[in-house]
Amino acid sequence: MELILPFLIGILFSASLYLILHRHFFKLILGLILFGLATNLFLFVIGRLTRGGSAIIGQGENVATEPFADPVPQALLLTAIVIGFGIQAFAIVLIKRVYQSFGTTDLDDMSTTDQIEENH
Amino acid sequence: MNHLLIMLPMLIPLYGAILSLFSWRYVRAQQFIGILTQVCLLIATFLLLFDVNENGIRTTQIGSWPAPFGITLVADLFSSMMVITSAITGMAIYLFSIKGLDKARQTFGYYPVLLILQLGVSGACLTGDLFNMFVWFEVLLICCFVLIALGGTKPQLEGAIKYVTINFLATGFLLTGIGVVYGIMGSLNLAELAVLVRTPVSHPALITMAGMFFLIAFGIKAAIFPLFFWLPASYHTPPIAISAFIAGILTKVGMYALIRLFTLIFVTDQELTIPLFTVLAGFTMVIGVFGAASQNDFRKILSFHIVSQIGYMLMGLALFTPLAIAGSIYFIIHNILVKTNLFLISGVVAHRHGSFALKKLGGVYLQQPLLSVLFFISAFSLAGIPPFSGFWGKFMLAKAGFEIDSFVIVFVSLAVSLITIFSMTKIWNEVFWKKKPVSDPLLEVMTEREKHDNRLLHLPVVMLVGFILFIGLYAEPVVAMAQLAAEQLLNSELYINAVLKK
Repeated sequence: MELILPFLIGILFSASLYLILHRHFFKLILGLILFGLATNLFLFVIGRLTRGGSAIIGQGENVATEPFADPVPQALLLTAIVIGFGIQAFAIVLIKRVYQSFGTTDLDDMSTTDQIEENH
Repeated sequence: MNHLLIMLPMLIPLYGAILSLFSWRYVRAQQFIGILTQVCLLIATFLLLFDVNENGIRTTQIGSWPAPFGITLVADLFSSMMVITSAITGMAIYLFSIKGLDKARQTFGYYPVLLILQLGVSGACLTGDLFNMFVWFEVLLICCFVLIALGGTKPQLEGAIKYVTINFLATGFLLTGIGVVYGIMGSLNLAELAVLVRTPVSHPALITMAGMFFLIAFGIKAAIFPLFFWLPASYHTPPIAISAFIAGILTKVGMYALIRLFTLIFVTDQELTIPLFTVLAGFTMVIGVFGAASQNDFRKILSFHIVSQIGYMLMGLALFTPLAIAGSIYFIIHNILVKTNLFLISGVVAHRHGSFALKKLGGVYLQQPLLSVLFFISAFSLAGIPPFSGFWGKFMLAKAGFEIDSFVIVFVSLAVSLITIFSMTKIWNEVFWKKKPVSDPLLEVMTEREKHDNRLLHLPVVMLVGFILFIGLYAEPVVAMAQLAAEQLLNSELYINAVLKK
């Protein structure tokens, strides 16, 4: 199980970057979501995986009995998921608005803010 | 009381934002609450700065959980200076927004979002916890997303999509870096991390790798070379009140995080990081200033100059002597004020003359001599002409560079200053000095009310110029404070002892 996860994270990262570089709005959104997932999964795995040991201190004990899962990455992960969810929701609405006002799905059509305006 | 003082820069904007949200339909009430909040924030941050200056680093533990376990808030001189500068800028922006921003945007939650943005800035500067820093950066970024897209005009949407995408990626890098740091060292408290990286059992190579994640993440947010392309593409698109605030504050908060982390934690492999920073600083300065020289829009010139100025701040980190870091700190404070002010001036000009394009503008000197003088002071300050504020920052940086024989980077920085003068002269010639090319009869005739509004817009500009002149002409206390802040940064023991109470 521990061996699969690094590969999974790598695949998610590469797939998300591939999709982001595709320059299509829908793929951009998919890429961003996958990128968020990949970082979240990475954060989860980096705290070392422990199965079936919750970090609850039993009655009458001072510390939790080993082995227990590290609760910190899980707390971080929860926060990161919530924040990522908010940003993704915003990005989806933004891209919908962009599609409605520009009528295009190609990021390459959106270069006006970079151009130097000569004849205005 | 001391614990409350550290909390206040966050609590005041938070409660201000909540109150503004409750008075959603009454823009007048929101304006009133906003100004009141800004005044309170200014007083609170001033008291905090005074307290920290007197008594050294102040800390508080949220919920009284002891240091490495709970969330720590730390106020040292650098963070207090950042917070007070942000409060001054916020005050100016609020004064400007009342007349300078259209009613439609004001009614759609502009004021609460701006207050939450300030909350994020305060939080990011005062936190003593790596993950907490990430959360505050997200708070301020989300507000920026909203502010850039607020109003939904075509250029704004286009700028927003670039800004959101690149910052989302930066967030991913930041989170990955935090993951790596936690994986190696098992802690996220900055003070405890600072202890852990200095123990012999730490893994220097892995720590450097984690540092590179942070360099990329905050490098994107601070717009250092080669990660700055989103900035000139998005910063000029929203209305000027919004541009001015995010242009003044945001990149510098990224820079703050870089300086904090690379003086406190990622100091183990300086053979790698210092040359890297030197190269990045040089390129950031040069590319930014050349980008500005090729533009012919008031706001776009200023946007590219943000990139160029970031190079100077990075240069202080690259030289890594107490004087250089002090130079960086002074430069950050100076730059936040000056950059915000220049953006506001472009807004006042555009309010009167209806354009940002240099070709369409002209003759402002004849119509608004006061504004011209204000621009003159700010522009010379930006370019670093003595006795204005930019000079002292650049002087400290250059002196620090000469002291450790880094002649190349000092030469580059001085050459970039010259080209900065060229850009500022260009704006001066085109906007203020030359005759107005086409006189549009509609714009020429302003009603008395509009003229009155335009005069009111001068108020924040005058206020900021006052601060710029203060830190330029009466530089000694500010420079001394920056040097003290740099000593606190470089002497990590102070920070560690203050937080962990050893």
